[in-house]
Amino acid sequence: MPDQQYALEARGIVKIFGNHVALDKVDFGLRPGEVHALLGENGAGKSTLIKILTGAYQPDGGEVLANGAVVTLNNPQHAQTHGIGTVYQEVNLLPNRSVAENLYLGHQPTRFGFVDRRKMERDARAVLARYGLNLDPSSELGAHSVAVQQIVAIARAVELSGKVLILDEPTASLDRNEVERLFDIIRDLKASGLAVVFITHFLEQVFAIADRVTILRNGKLIDTKSLDDLTRTDVVRLMLGKDIAFSGATMLEENRPLGEVLLDFKGYGKKRSVHPFDLTIHKGEVVGVAGLLGSGRTEMARIMFGADAADEGSVSVAGKPTSITSPTDAIAHGFGFCPEDRKAEGIFGDLSVRENIVIALQGKLGWFSALTRDEQMEIAGRFGESMDIRAASLDMPIKLLSGGNQQKVILSRWLATDPAFLILDEPTRGIDVGAHAEIVRTINRLRDEGLALVVISSELDEVVAYSSRIVVMRDRELVAELNGENINPGVIVQAIANHRDGAQA
Amino acid sequence: MSIITKLALAAGLATALSTAGFAQDISGKVIGFSQIGSESGWRAAETAVTRQQAEERGVDLKFADAQQKQENQIKAIRGFIAQGVDAILVAPVVATGWDDVLAEANEAEIPVVLLDRGVDAPEDLYLTSVASDQVEEGRVAGQWLVDNVGDTDCNVVELQGTVGSTPAINRKQGFEEAIAGHDNITISQSQTGDFTRAKGKEVMEAFLKSSNGGADICAVYAHNDDMAVGAIQAIKDAGLKPGTDIKVVSIDAVPDIFTAIAAGEANATVELTPNMAGPAFDALAAYWANGTEPEKFIITESKLYTAENDPAGEYDRRKGLGY
Amino acid sequence: MMRRTLGKLASPQLLALVGVLLINWLLFPNFFRITWQDGRFFGSLIDVLNRGAPVAILAVGMVGVIATKGVDLSVGAVMAVAGAVAATMVVAGYPAPVAVAAALLVGLLCGLWNGILVAILEIQPIIATLVLMVAGRGIAQLITEGFIVTFTDPVLIYIGTGSFFGFPMAAVIALVLMVAVTLIVRRTALGLFIEAVGVNRAAASLAGIRSRMLLLLVYSLSGLCAAIAGIIVAGDIRGADANNAGLWLELDAILAVVIGGTSLLGGRFSVPLAVVGALIIQAMNTGILVSGFPPEFNLIVKAGLIFIVLIIQSPLASRLAPPRLRPAVKGAAK
Repeated sequence: MPDQQYALEARGIVKIFGNHVALDKVDFGLRPGEVHALLGENGAGKSTLIKILTGAYQPDGGEVLANGAVVTLNNPQHAQTHGIGTVYQEVNLLPNRSVAENLYLGHQPTRFGFVDRRKMERDARAVLARYGLNLDPSSELGAHSVAVQQIVAIARAVELSGKVLILDEPTASLDRNEVERLFDIIRDLKASGLAVVFITHFLEQVFAIADRVTILRNGKLIDTKSLDDLTRTDVVRLMLGKDIAFSGATMLEENRPLGEVLLDFKGYGKKRSVHPFDLTIHKGEVVGVAGLLGSGRTEMARIMFGADAADEGSVSVAGKPTSITSPTDAIAHGFGFCPEDRKAEGIFGDLSVRENIVIALQGKLGWFSALTRDEQMEIAGRFGESMDIRAASLDMPIKLLSGGNQQKVILSRWLATDPAFLILDEPTRGIDVGAHAEIVRTINRLRDEGLALVVISSELDEVVAYSSRIVVMRDRELVAELNGENINPGVIVQAIANHRDGAQA
Repeated sequence: MSIITKLALAAGLATALSTAGFAQDISGKVIGFSQIGSESGWRAAETAVTRQQAEERGVDLKFADAQQKQENQIKAIRGFIAQGVDAILVAPVVATGWDDVLAEANEAEIPVVLLDRGVDAPEDLYLTSVASDQVEEGRVAGQWLVDNVGDTDCNVVELQGTVGSTPAINRKQGFEEAIAGHDNITISQSQTGDFTRAKGKEVMEAFLKSSNGGADICAVYAHNDDMAVGAIQAIKDAGLKPGTDIKVVSIDAVPDIFTAIAAGEANATVELTPNMAGPAFDALAAYWANGTEPEKFIITESKLYTAENDPAGEYDRRKGLGY
Repeated sequence: MMRRTLGKLASPQLLALVGVLLINWLLFPNFFRITWQDGRFFGSLIDVLNRGAPVAILAVGMVGVIATKGVDLSVGAVMAVAGAVAATMVVAGYPAPVAVAAALLVGLLCGLWNGILVAILEIQPIIATLVLMVAGRGIAQLITEGFIVTFTDPVLIYIGTGSFFGFPMAAVIALVLMVAVTLIVRRTALGLFIEAVGVNRAAASLAGIRSRMLLLLVYSLSGLCAAIAGIIVAGDIRGADANNAGLWLELDAILAVVIGGTSLLGGRFSVPLAVVGALIIQAMNTGILVSGFPPEFNLIVKAGLIFIVLIIQSPLASRLAPPRLRPAVKGAAK
């Protein structure tokens, strides 16, 4: 009878791709009424395990049990009939159909063979109310925020499945309030006896919501434990197999003499994008940019880099007034820019790691001074090593790398141009803990080497850890600049919040 | 002027004789002409010859280019009716959809003559139609070959027009009819050259390779002159003499084939006359003179041209017509 | 370096070409027979090179465009325009070099026009080049006034039908162009930039690549190649046929590029393999002509063969193939 304690169980799961063992005899048990975090670096085997539990993959060994009985899950639809529902990071619904249709797609209530729209919308309204959503079920799904869409996806999964809910990085594109709202819903579902698997990169969220945690590393089960028995350091150590330390708030920067002024933006701005701002950046300092999503952080970065041309104000580089109207201009001045949306604006998915590293340097050199293949290999190899890029070969397409390694490649791309100034927009978003630490370490190293950096991040702890100064953006305006003792998450949040109150007054 | 005066109506010699006498009678008449467009050299020549014929007879020709669109043609015809022209010539772009506008012309008592293509409309809605007989064109070409190879064995390679097009089907059929019963003449290979020079040349090149370098080919039959011109170049490239080593017979009688005939590189062509208007004007003249109802389908002559028909002169006469 | 180049050539495309040629040989035993005649090689294989040259030349230009995630539908029409310009100018008495230069310039300008629509006005390539595809043929007809403009200029005729060390001039031009463009894109950084723009134009711009200049360049090259093909085709038949010159060849060129392994979604491209793609298409055409199939089957046979070639190249087939046959490229790169 001990089997019955699990709503969903995997025993000795083996999955092999080619000659790579993705999962090696992994056990996993999920109790009803718990939130169970599944952790591991990218490539640890989390998503493979999830795909086996939802029937998207078939295991090469071991068995899956639902309510104590061995089951064969042919596909995700089949898994639903066993009570297993999944919600992915990217909302997998139809944005141009109504909320109600999305809730019931494929299972619409019918009357005389026709979809009973009125019943469907009535039912939908009741279901949504349980999730704290008071919205018109006939409205288009795409008209609502990603958070609402995410909740609709959860509601659909729970309504159709009802026993097990698998959440694959559901919070990646949500802001703080939205995450809280989502967690409230998860807690309610848990209280009603649902078993929830929660996959995320954010450790704080794990500690906020999960009861137990299963940690995978390199396809092997490391441990399954109650979170009550673990500290954050424990979890990170288990994930990485080594110790990494998160430094707390630092006030050392005040003592460090500022380098010479590298950049001086005066009244720099772009109509309908960013209000004019003044910002002076010194060599050897990291200027952190804090602010909510949509506060104008990214827009500011883009006009600094010339990706969008500023239409007012002036900029001088090393004391000389200049104009930067395109990335080419910016790069000529020694700028580099790691964009927020790595996939859409950062990587060249089909090109090799090597080409992805040398492309900006080659762009700087121009069409005719082509780097030879050997030169490319040398440069790529050098950065591959110093940035600890984990790739089977520098000639493999970058799209096959994990997010963290892709980010290291893009950082390498700019370091290869020997930059004086780097803009990093959310450099650690959605990447695994190991790569995260590597990037934080690199930011610190570059600052010590005398580079000027602007780093945009939603992770306040992280911004605090490496920034010399922090500027706060709100409503497309630079509203505060924090120094010294003010550099801690509480003050930053307050700075945003205070100003918000001030603006309303 | 041989191509004009030598035109005979299939209706018979008597009609032909009688119409000649009325040639003067239509001077001063206003006649509208709705042309399809200018998609080919032949079409341009037809327009040029029609204008020429009208001028010779003192007809005031109102010309409208439909640019391949039926709606433009219908608009043009309505315009002609509104202007109160004496007669209308139409080269219809498609066969269907003419009933209404023809009925309007009929009501206004304006006779309509169809040129070079027919329509699916009641016959009483138009006076007559003037067109060539494409099967006959193929037959004339085939007959020329029959007359010129005698009893020797002859493998013919055929360059067809665009697969499935009406002229390709009819010209193939006519040629096969003419050589039927002459067992010494066989079509050894047949491929489409899409009515173009480039494809005609390419296909002929392939035929030459697969026929022992051309030694096994006695004659080329091309569904139009353009393909024949291409084939002649291919034959020359293969080191053979077109017209001598391999006979060349084709259809249309465009100017460039006469250059080839004059040079001895082509042997014969069958004319698809661009002069559809001449017979049309003659029929109108007879109709106006004494109410003679012309034949419903006037067939133009499919005349054979060889080196004996002054090819250099024919070239000069045709080169200005817009081919 | 040499071994890597050779290794790259052992591709599915070359195997497909050999396969098609062998089928031709089975259907027509003399297919591989080449004789020397009047100072030139003569045989079906030479026909494949000669007839395949115009599409190969178009493919050389098209492959760059497709690698940037674009497409150039206008090349067939630009061929007609260039042929018309060259023919009417020599007929009007201009010396052939002037006429050829003018035709090339017109082709270049046509390409530049497409490039401006795509790069500056940011019109989708398929629509942008459709404009010239439709208008180009009309322009060619205006230039020729609807005639087939025939000429006797020996230079133009030599470009279309001459021979160089026994090989057809058209094939020699195609080969030179292929080698030149390959060297230009691979010895400079252009190839990498073209692939980068095709894979991710936004990222390319942020990496400092002048993607607009690059797009102008590839479309101009495509126009120039189309003009070269147009002059060859006109020289071949000693006349400019505005209605038929290059008709539908844009589709053959696109197909050649796709058979050559370049995805319509942009990115990785190979100029030589696009040329091999053109030769595969022409080998099929020539094979159909010498095999004696009734013409009604031409299109079906061609479609069937292309289908098989594309299946052989599909990702599915490469997964199913036994490993030793699989990536000749990777093995040789080591």
